[in-house]
Amino acid sequence: MNTVNLADGRLVAGLDLGGLLELFADHTFQTVLIGTMLIGAVSGAIGCLAYLRRQSLVGDVISHSSLLGIMVFFLLSYWFTGQGSKSLMLLIPGATLSGILALLLTRLIVDKTSVRDDSGLGVMLAVFFGSGILLLRSVQKMNPPIPGRRGLEDYLFGMAASMTHSDLIMIGIVGGLSLTVLMLFWKELKVFSFDPLFTQGLGYRTKALDLLLIAIMVCAVVIGIQCIGVILMIAMLVTPAAAARQWTTTLGGMVTLAATIGAGCGAIGCSVSAIMTGLPTGPVVVLCGSIVFLLSILLSPSRGLLMRKFRRNSEIGNLARAGEAQ
Amino acid sequence: MPNPVPAIDIRNLTVAYGATPVLLDINLAIPQQVVMGLVGPNGAGKSTLLKSVLDLTPRLAGEVSILGKPFAKNRQQVGYVPQKSSIDWDFPTTVLDLVIMGTYGRLGWFRRPGRQEKADSMAALEKLEMAEFAGRQISELSGGQQQRAFLARAFVQDAPIYFLDEPFTGVDAATEKAIVNLLHELRDQGKTLVVVQHDLNTVGEYLDEVTLINQRVVASGKVSDVFCKRLIEETYCVPGLCDKVGCDFAMPGGCEKSGSAELLSIEDPESQRRLSR
Repeated sequence: MNTVNLADGRLVAGLDLGGLLELFADHTFQTVLIGTMLIGAVSGAIGCLAYLRRQSLVGDVISHSSLLGIMVFFLLSYWFTGQGSKSLMLLIPGATLSGILALLLTRLIVDKTSVRDDSGLGVMLAVFFGSGILLLRSVQKMNPPIPGRRGLEDYLFGMAASMTHSDLIMIGIVGGLSLTVLMLFWKELKVFSFDPLFTQGLGYRTKALDLLLIAIMVCAVVIGIQCIGVILMIAMLVTPAAAARQWTTTLGGMVTLAATIGAGCGAIGCSVSAIMTGLPTGPVVVLCGSIVFLLSILLSPSRGLLMRKFRRNSEIGNLARAGEAQ
Repeated sequence: MPNPVPAIDIRNLTVAYGATPVLLDINLAIPQQVVMGLVGPNGAGKSTLLKSVLDLTPRLAGEVSILGKPFAKNRQQVGYVPQKSSIDWDFPTTVLDLVIMGTYGRLGWFRRPGRQEKADSMAALEKLEMAEFAGRQISELSGGQQQRAFLARAFVQDAPIYFLDEPFTGVDAATEKAIVNLLHELRDQGKTLVVVQHDLNTVGEYLDEVTLINQRVVASGKVSDVFCKRLIEETYCVPGLCDKVGCDFAMPGGCEKSGSAELLSIEDPESQRRLSR
């Protein structure tokens, strides 16, 4: 019983080494594996800038509110074709639109009222995600049932196995675009993340840089809605960045390491969820990242808790010995 | 003979946060080749004045020209040193990398810093006796070293005018001395330096000119003409202040500038209410 069957997201039990090899040789699995690794790498790299600019919450609003866009675009596809589509070619634009709309409305509220940034973001997250959930439940209960509605709930926690070849192409295009922008505007995005006032003083148009940064954050988030899910995607943005920060001393090093951690966690999560029956991919990938993060804050040689404790103890010891010697 | 074209010419500048005015109808000409201090109480709008001249804070009204040309044409002529508390010093970057950021202005979009930019940045670090820290993480620097790195980043721009926002806050005595010497050296080379100054005791020693400011320009001119007891009391809105604390730092005599139209009358209850808020 070594049959690999990824079409419905599960693998028949009774896996041995042969089955594992077969799994990795499987074309469908390879598609999903590459896709998940790509998502991990892109969100890891771009998450560094969100982390350093303390804009994690912005990423969370984009990902949660994208559920509304996904549902609206799914329903639109049903109305126009009679069949609800779950292709990323359609759902990524939907997620992008609602993510951007949520951010624009937040800015409007913050500018026009005395509500602060974080509260405004929190409210918008709740409004968009709540509406998304409401639509999701209504679609599932609709009578007669909408063709294609099954599997919609997977967008909450992610199901890598549902990735098709065209989904991978879409992930490649959007993810590749955001990485290209990051590299093209590396110098500008770096100085802007570090010191926006100084950047403006140098003569750069910081409004444009701000928009650019938000745009690549949106790209990095929406490519993960299918694999990781809208609820946990924020962890892919923040966790690899926070872990990588513990080991690195330059932005380039941090971005590279975070991308690597993201890709590695993606690969592990994707494999585990393929081997274990029907396990959602998102939580597995995110837990992997959390373990790397925990190890990093414990073990990092310069910033880790253990080394700090050790150094402190030895300093106190030195002081005590110096005191005794006197 | 100093150049007659002012380094900075500010006309009718008003800045407000929402409906709260921060700066009201500022008219100020800063001559070239001086160390000019901005002095006034907390919340008087000193930092805001620097920022609004550079368009970092939106102006409600007013015009600014730099070396005789409109701001938009000459913005690259001003190097800006923000308060060092304004950034996250835990950012993953080295001291040299921080200084190289000062060259990004002349590089413009897309071009990467090369050997020349690196050499210039090292030279700026050497000037501030920071060369040995070039490879250090910025998070490992002391307050004084942070300020030196910040100044190196500004001076690598090689601008004719510099704005420094509280360069002496949170630095050690040796750094303060080094910064002052550097400011005087740059002034002697022909540069103009505008400094937000907090410590009244060092005004006479550090600055050539001073602008007393509290929402409006109370007075502006040579330290010996302007930095006198009466105008200081007026700036800080505390009549009789110098009777209580002595004001040893004030210039003897002076106050020749009194009676200028720009002066705010302390007797005027309206402006007193506004200023003491």
